[in-house]
Amino acid sequence: MLTPFLAIVRKDLQLFFTDRRAVILTFAVPIAIASFMGSVLSGTGRQVQRARVTVAIADEDGSTISRSIVAGVQKDDSLTVTMATAADARERVRKGVTSVALIIPPGFGAGAGRSFFRPDAPARPQLGVLYDPSRSAEVGMVRGLFTEHAMQAVGQEMFTGATGRQTLEEALNGLDASSLEPERKQRLRTMLNDILQFQQTASAAEPAPARGVFSMPYTVNEEAVTARANVAYNAYAHSMAGMAIQFLLFAMANHGIEILLERQRGLWKRLRSAPVSRYVILAGKAASGTIISLSSLLVSFAFAIVVLGVRIEGSVIGFAAVCLACSLMAATLGVLVAALANSPATARGLTTFGILMMVMLGGAWVPMFLFPSWLQNVTLVVPVRWAVDGLDAMTWRGVGLSGAVAPTLVLLGFAVVFGAVALSRFRWEEA
Amino acid sequence: MLEIRGLRKAFGSVVAVDDVSFTIAPGQILAVLGPNGAGKTTTVSMISGLFPPDAGEIRIDGQVSRSDTDPIKRRIGLVPQDLALYDELTAQDNLNFFGALHNLTGSALDHAMAAALTLVGLGDRMRDRVKTFSGGMKRRLNLAAGLLHDPDILLLDEPTVGVDPQSRNAIFDNLEQLKDRGKALLYTTHYMEEAERLADRLVVIDRGTVVANDTLEGLYARVPKPAGGGRVTLESVFLSLTGKSLRD
Repeated sequence: MLTPFLAIVRKDLQLFFTDRRAVILTFAVPIAIASFMGSVLSGTGRQVQRARVTVAIADEDGSTISRSIVAGVQKDDSLTVTMATAADARERVRKGVTSVALIIPPGFGAGAGRSFFRPDAPARPQLGVLYDPSRSAEVGMVRGLFTEHAMQAVGQEMFTGATGRQTLEEALNGLDASSLEPERKQRLRTMLNDILQFQQTASAAEPAPARGVFSMPYTVNEEAVTARANVAYNAYAHSMAGMAIQFLLFAMANHGIEILLERQRGLWKRLRSAPVSRYVILAGKAASGTIISLSSLLVSFAFAIVVLGVRIEGSVIGFAAVCLACSLMAATLGVLVAALANSPATARGLTTFGILMMVMLGGAWVPMFLFPSWLQNVTLVVPVRWAVDGLDAMTWRGVGLSGAVAPTLVLLGFAVVFGAVALSRFRWEEA
Repeated sequence: MLEIRGLRKAFGSVVAVDDVSFTIAPGQILAVLGPNGAGKTTTVSMISGLFPPDAGEIRIDGQVSRSDTDPIKRRIGLVPQDLALYDELTAQDNLNFFGALHNLTGSALDHAMAAALTLVGLGDRMRDRVKTFSGGMKRRLNLAAGLLHDPDILLLDEPTVGVDPQSRNAIFDNLEQLKDRGKALLYTTHYMEEAERLADRLVVIDRGTVVANDTLEGLYARVPKPAGGGRVTLESVFLSLTGKSLRD
């Protein structure tokens, strides 16, 4: 049985490599797209300009505080700020020109100052936030950055500025009418008097707001966690994993479609009329698919290593195991396509949709944290996720061999299931 | 050599073949004639092991094929109606593959390939890709692929569809040589003149059943001679057996 088996494998490889389009699709396209994605998403450890979120701001207040907030936001290197009227800002978001618009209403600065020292303030100023619902992830980031700049501006003005003095005096005058308990009211009065006294001293020494006395109580040290402290994140590693897997799945779906075409062209009759077991035929198909898939993965990563500086920071054996298991999974998926589809046209439609869904849910295109939690749980049954996780673990995450065990076993499990279903559902009879 | 007894096959509620029986001896060409959808290809498919019959049996020298891998299958060569070839591969690569399916390797495969290609007149084109071949050359290569493992019984399912008279004539010569070598040939066709030239015996199938199993002379004797002294043709016999209604 070895001769027919090897013949099937050799013939499939010959056919694959004579099809220039299939070779380009399997080897060159993933490299090109992964290189592009990697370069867009991040550099290879070098300092690159950070992606900025575009924000339109309408400052309808024009107070010292609002101007100070706007100045801080404009200096933020995570944001690109455009000043606009409220109507213009809304229109920009509606048309998708900017993803977020902030409307600072009249009286915002004074109201924010009053609320700063009045936990029982009757009405707090309301910041208007308009956002593009298709880019909702950016809203949280803008809100956080705005809060940082607002706290600094309000705090600085309250401790050193004219608005702050006036607000403190108003707060002290209004304290008697406050609903606070007497003891808390007395403590607050003492604190406000101390601040007022401090502010008068600071104002006399140095005109406000030349030097702030209030700032964020902490600074942030951002660190990308990679294999080791001195190893920079290489975005090409992740993009190469995603793209290579996507295109080898497409190649293997095409491998399955080839089986259907062989059936249509009468080649299957010749194959089935020979004294060859059906297991050998399907095993031969799976083996040739595995060889093509594995070649595709290894060529993609060889390119990434030589040209893009990707390194296998984890276990080389683990990397090889994940690649092999992934290739087996993809090859058996191809055979499954041939078993389940009635015609090449049906198979093409279904596999294009199915593979794009798997790739998306596997996190190759879109970060999985954007998915709702139920969908994140669903991705556990998507083989692409395990493949990407396994390759990430062995490359830039630098996890040891143990990190390859679960992805390898799960991918092999998928291969067994795909193979078993294909074997049980394969249409052997030829009319 | 090949003995078919009471073959039956149904696809759902459609009975494709019902109680078909015939035999073929070594050195004999049996032509199987029938309108479209008569059950010729289904019969050939069952004999070549593509699917099992619902009833009846197929014996080769008294033996029945028991499984996909039964060595007895090597005694049968199939030349399908479709051009079952890989267009992107060379003639040699195609034959390498089909030979390996029958466990032919090394010099045995080389000799078999050379003999088959020589027989069909393609020895000088073995390194060319099949997609560069004419329709007639592909038909001849299709025949060579079925002969590669030197089967005793050759099943030819409409092997001359779409070829020019020269290629058809070449194929006839090939089949006559094979007959002379003692091969048993089962030949399905719509072309009456082919059956008249080649067949030692003819089986006419209509609507899945055998309506005649006879020699050419025996079939001619079944219809009266035309008025005016004309000759009885196989086509007139065929139409008298199967009727003139369209079957498509």
